Amino acid sequence: MAEFEPKIVAFACNWCTYAAADLAGTARVQYPPNVYIVRMMCSGMINPDYVLRAFEEGADGVIVSGCHYTDCHYIDGPVKCDAMFVKVSKLMHILGLEDERLRREMISTSEGTVFARVVKEFVDQLKKLGPSPFLSLRKEKVSV
Amino acid sequence: MNLEDIIQQTKTYYCLECGKCTSVCPVAKYDPAFSPRMMIESALLGFENDLVFNRELFSCLTCYTCQQRCPCDVDFPVFIRKARAIAQDNRQHGICAHSGQLQSLARLMTSLDIKQKRLEWLSDKFRISDDSDVLFWVGCAPYFEPIFEDIEFSALDITMASLKTLNLLGIKPKLLPDEKCCGHDALWTGDIETFKKLAEHNANQIIEAGVKKIIFSCPEGYRTFKLDYPSHGFDVGCELQHISEFLAERIENDELKFNEVKKKVTYQDPCRLGRHLGVYDAPRKVLESIPGIELVEMKHSGWESICCGTSAWTNCDSYSNMLRTDRLSEATATGAETLITCCPKCQTHFRCAMTDKGEEKRSMPSIEVMDLANLVANAIKERATVSK
Repeated sequence: MAEFEPKIVAFACNWCTYAAADLAGTARVQYPPNVYIVRMMCSGMINPDYVLRAFEEGADGVIVSGCHYTDCHYIDGPVKCDAMFVKVSKLMHILGLEDERLRREMISTSEGTVFARVVKEFVDQLKKLGPSPFLSLRKEKVSV
Repeated sequence: MNLEDIIQQTKTYYCLECGKCTSVCPVAKYDPAFSPRMMIESALLGFENDLVFNRELFSCLTCYTCQQRCPCDVDFPVFIRKARAIAQDNRQHGICAHSGQLQSLARLMTSLDIKQKRLEWLSDKFRISDDSDVLFWVGCAPYFEPIFEDIEFSALDITMASLKTLNLLGIKPKLLPDEKCCGHDALWTGDIETFKKLAEHNANQIIEAGVKKIIFSCPEGYRTFKLDYPSHGFDVGCELQHISEFLAERIENDELKFNEVKKKVTYQDPCRLGRHLGVYDAPRKVLESIPGIELVEMKHSGWESICCGTSAWTNCDSYSNMLRTDRLSEATATGAETLITCCPKCQTHFRCAMTDKGEEKRSMPSIEVMDLANLVANAIKERATVSK
């Protein structure tokens, strides 16, 4: 049987993390292709439902990533994102999801290598954890 | 299901177009685009798309005010519920409040592989027993906790107060570690598939638990178990009671004694408990039996009571907020210091209206909102009940 390949959804802010992912690409930094990047205008606009939806649609892990506190294009996006992340972590915890499936990162534009490292680490972590408990929801949908 | 089936099932064709529904509708009072009469008419004329793709379809509170006044007994809330199911098939789901996370949570809970950690708040303070005949339904309270942190509403406070009261009455209830959302909101937003999955799971869990009685602190769960589970073929086969009914019964048997609480209160009838299930007297009886409590009724109370402004977490808009503000004004006009309710959702909505004032320059009435269970748990005389 083929090795389990986790699916990761990364919500990345347009100004920092998305650019970092771009940099990782142009600099030819190697990282696993398991990550699906969703570009957001700001990490502060990510709301809990985006994360819940990602899991519902079959993600094995979610990365929420944006600028560092002082870099935000819209002043206080990361602060809002932190508050949202605490909220969604609690919800996912009650739902019985392992805390390791959610990751909050701050990756600035110049940190392409950091982005690659985070994805690599996360993929290894998720491989140990195995498929998400919500995967059955996705399977049902596909079979219909 | 198509529109014709719905018309047949809810006897919509009896509609006289008298417009009483629209004139009593709490939403239509503020939202000029919302009219139950027009919705029924477009259905009867066969304009399915006008109904299904109407943004206002998800504004209905399903509070049953219209149905009570209808001379032909058209079941408008059920009509809306079923029309929403067609809307869901067409990928219409209204504007989900709280960014849709509550709807997502219900769908996520349908997964059979999850192991919820929903009872982590439980401490040694509470006595529970797995062999008990009585089950206490915790419901969504653990999930509400993080979601409503910012409006300082704690649904678990209600759960804990109910448990404390039950314990003091000598009952060690059973709690289910793997109960799921009752499916109320999924059902009323037309997501029948999710509702059925949740209902099946819950019904099986309860049958397996082998209890004789379930006590609810949430009227929505109570309504869903009492009316909607049997009508969808999931019978749990045991006695169901809302905590207020349970307490009223105990008061009647003289098993419950209270300390004096000096307070002037008013009572908000939750639409699920009141108009849906006809429980108006039990909560009032509990309030009246606490010495020192003076109960004053609002202008609209009992079966005329006005809904808190949103049901099933959809279309919570400026009209809902106006509705809430006016309801809170009614409450403050009575001169009461506390607004008592029995429904966690009423409390969420009232607290939200008072916290989230936005930039509006109008004055917002301010009143303490409290659940009946909390009031009872604070007032209950401990020794007298334990010795019984």
